[in-house]
Amino acid sequence: MTQTYGAIGEDALPDNARRRFLTAGALLVGFAFVRPVRAFEREPDLAAIGALDAAATGFDGFVPNGFIRVGVDGRIVLVVPSVEMGQGIATGEAMMIAEELEVGLDQVEVALAPADLHAYTQSLLKAQATGGSTSVRAFFIPLRQAGAAARTMLIGAAAERWRVPPAECVVARGVITHQRSGRTLTYGAVASAARRQPMPGEVTLKPVSQFKLIGKPAKRVDTAAKVNGTARFGIDTMVEGMRVAAIAMCPTIGGRLRSLDERASRALPGVVDILRIDDAVAVVGENYWTAKRGLDLLKIEWDEGSHATLTSATLAESLRSAQGTPINGSLTGDPDRVIQGAGKQRIEATYDLPYLAHAALEPSNTTIHVRPDGCDIWVGTQVPEIARAVAAEIIGLPPDKVIVRNHLIGGGFGRRLAVDTIQQAARFGMQVGYPLKIIWTREQDIQHDRFRPAYHDTIAAALGKNGLPMAWTHRTRCSTVRSYYDRKPWPQGRLDPDAVAGAADLPYAIPALRSEWVRQDGPVALNWWRGVGETHNVFVVESFLDELAHAAGQDPVAYRRALLGKNPRSLAVLNKAAQASGWGKPLPPRSARGISLHDSFGTHAALVMEVEVDTQGEIHLRRATAAVDCGIAVNPDSVIAQIEGGVLFGLSAALYNGITFENGRVQQSNFHDYRQIRMNEVPSFEVFVVPSEEKPGGLGEVGTVSAAPALANAIFAATGVRLRALPIDRRALGGKGKQS
Amino acid sequence: MVSLKVNGLSVEANATPDTPLLWVLRDHLGLTGTKFGCGIGQCGACTVHLDGNPVRSCVLPISAVKGEITTIEAVGETAAGKRVQTAWLSLEVVQCGYCQSGQIMSAAALIARNPRPNDQDIDAAMSGNLCRCCTYPRIRAAIKAA
Repeated sequence: MTQTYGAIGEDALPDNARRRFLTAGALLVGFAFVRPVRAFEREPDLAAIGALDAAATGFDGFVPNGFIRVGVDGRIVLVVPSVEMGQGIATGEAMMIAEELEVGLDQVEVALAPADLHAYTQSLLKAQATGGSTSVRAFFIPLRQAGAAARTMLIGAAAERWRVPPAECVVARGVITHQRSGRTLTYGAVASAARRQPMPGEVTLKPVSQFKLIGKPAKRVDTAAKVNGTARFGIDTMVEGMRVAAIAMCPTIGGRLRSLDERASRALPGVVDILRIDDAVAVVGENYWTAKRGLDLLKIEWDEGSHATLTSATLAESLRSAQGTPINGSLTGDPDRVIQGAGKQRIEATYDLPYLAHAALEPSNTTIHVRPDGCDIWVGTQVPEIARAVAAEIIGLPPDKVIVRNHLIGGGFGRRLAVDTIQQAARFGMQVGYPLKIIWTREQDIQHDRFRPAYHDTIAAALGKNGLPMAWTHRTRCSTVRSYYDRKPWPQGRLDPDAVAGAADLPYAIPALRSEWVRQDGPVALNWWRGVGETHNVFVVESFLDELAHAAGQDPVAYRRALLGKNPRSLAVLNKAAQASGWGKPLPPRSARGISLHDSFGTHAALVMEVEVDTQGEIHLRRATAAVDCGIAVNPDSVIAQIEGGVLFGLSAALYNGITFENGRVQQSNFHDYRQIRMNEVPSFEVFVVPSEEKPGGLGEVGTVSAAPALANAIFAATGVRLRALPIDRRALGGKGKQS
Repeated sequence: MVSLKVNGLSVEANATPDTPLLWVLRDHLGLTGTKFGCGIGQCGACTVHLDGNPVRSCVLPISAVKGEITTIEAVGETAAGKRVQTAWLSLEVVQCGYCQSGQIMSAAALIARNPRPNDQDIDAAMSGNLCRCCTYPRIRAAIKAA
């Protein structure tokens, strides 16, 4: 099954931008068709990872494509297309370019790409976007092609100067050598001449065996500035004449501003302006604290709108009773007939998952300067081109008059795929002539997030004589993020692949299988969340498979092994994680191990969690053992880091997080009631990366997908309590429980 | 107008006495390395040193600040801070980096008073600092290596 995980695509763009997008859509198919682009017209403003300085904006040198700049002074700048939000992609993408360009990472500066569909649209998301664990998969070929093309042209320029065939020249670390004569030229020395070289129609990429950078642990290019306070995130923007706003937003979904008494606020020294939009008010001050004090003095009355009585109970009931026509995600054989005839070998369960906020540590923020002739936006966004398009539409400017100065993001996890905060900033910013920075509070960041959908799943299987599943049906009830993301509602009857991702295409061989989606839209605004559809479906699938193993009286690892005959890569990670975790070795009472296995984002991953559940029901994470086969690991240390962080991120949500509603309001507000895992709770951790020369898989979300089912399966093994809802309800876990 | 001693320099800021130290550092002094994360002392992103002790600057009004402040921008000039920053880079702790100023400030304060902390010491000193990228295993390893 072909999936574009969490694809953004053209549907998300306004009409004016979509036209641009459609004309640009094919441009990255071959590097040769990428025009020398205008990446240096705009300064990405990323001091942290080597900002392009003023001199570089009129770059004197060789600019073969959007990714590579070689100055006549020998300076080499690699422009990486994906957004850096902690996942290490700036380093990974720089490695891919540098590998074929034949330069060392120590010889280059790395800059993040500005908004430019022509140069930076990526093939899986079909947008200039970062998400869905797609970056390495989408850019592994194009970035190496870009590097190889530039290298070919630089060598061509040197060969022409020497009047020798290019084939007699070799290059290493940016120095071209004519082998027969021993003459050398640096890239900088031929940068001017290389501009006159023809763009090669085809290039041959290095075989894996010749990689010098890819596959070896590399130091990250963005971290030095992140340990001394000089890294600049969007919230750190400071520009001449800037004012700062604190805002109040209608606490209910769909509510509106009814009335405002701003007299006391206006009287506060330092308050500059009080601005209104439909559903929010901004107090602008000389600085944030003044604005916040001014905000506290407002008397605001909201028209709470038609969802003022919304509660989690009614939302859950509407999901459980959703009666829409199921849409198949996949169908093999006739599973319904097999299950209906299975008698006592029929096993069924229902699972429920909550809405989730992203709660990235950098609260949502945007700085915007709207002028009659243009607009600058300083922000960290996963979708710079969409940000530009929506701001342009609101302000009424042509998109090319809006400059998005993208920044490092202080945690994305999907939150910065949405542009609601940028739209809001545009509505406020167009009312004033000065640069305006808007900072959301932590409470606003949680309560006005666009949430990971809630899910209600029913799942059933029929076991054969050997205890293995002969048939399997899995029905997911949920809404679709696309309905809240795209400009047009997602068409009824059309499958959103994200709803069945991780359910439609199991690692296991099951003779008859149906996965299906019943759509149930609601008023809660939704967004993708780390792990997207797989985080939900793999929890259900791997928990239920564990149920089946126990029902069949079989060991959960052996049970999975028996279903992996046609999936050697998954079998290998399963065996590795099981062996390294000490699977099967005795543990004290109320301590146990649980496993999860999945193929997501082109990567195979197994995780064994070892936990202890005390008699009060408190869960102690003891040990995590992960094994992954992600194909070629571009930067193996980043692979390990993403698995560590991704697993813990998923455990944190499983242990603590669910967004609930009462009186139309989100009940959680800050890290005291939307708790996250802390240092004292973290287990010991081992990650094994299985060597592979297969094409690279995604990684940013893989660990998160693994986490909750391995945890819940371990808790079952320790206590005998099967957890079919998240977050985990500890009240059921106390007492004597099961002895392992 | 309030007077403060920040990173060895005497500075003045035109801020009301109730202003949290965090916003004086960020908005008045331009020291944006100290981060806003929660505003209620729950996440530790705003951690700075007050006379060498880690404090949450988001809930500390400047009227209550009596002593010398050190921020992430200058902690590398202390022996413990330098060791922590070096270990952070050598073990590749950092992901998004947003919390790391606060993590490093808490870790540097720990290392300064306890050069060889054990796991319990690390838990006690570091559990007030959230990391949503969950770099915790490497933070622990880096503190031990510092």
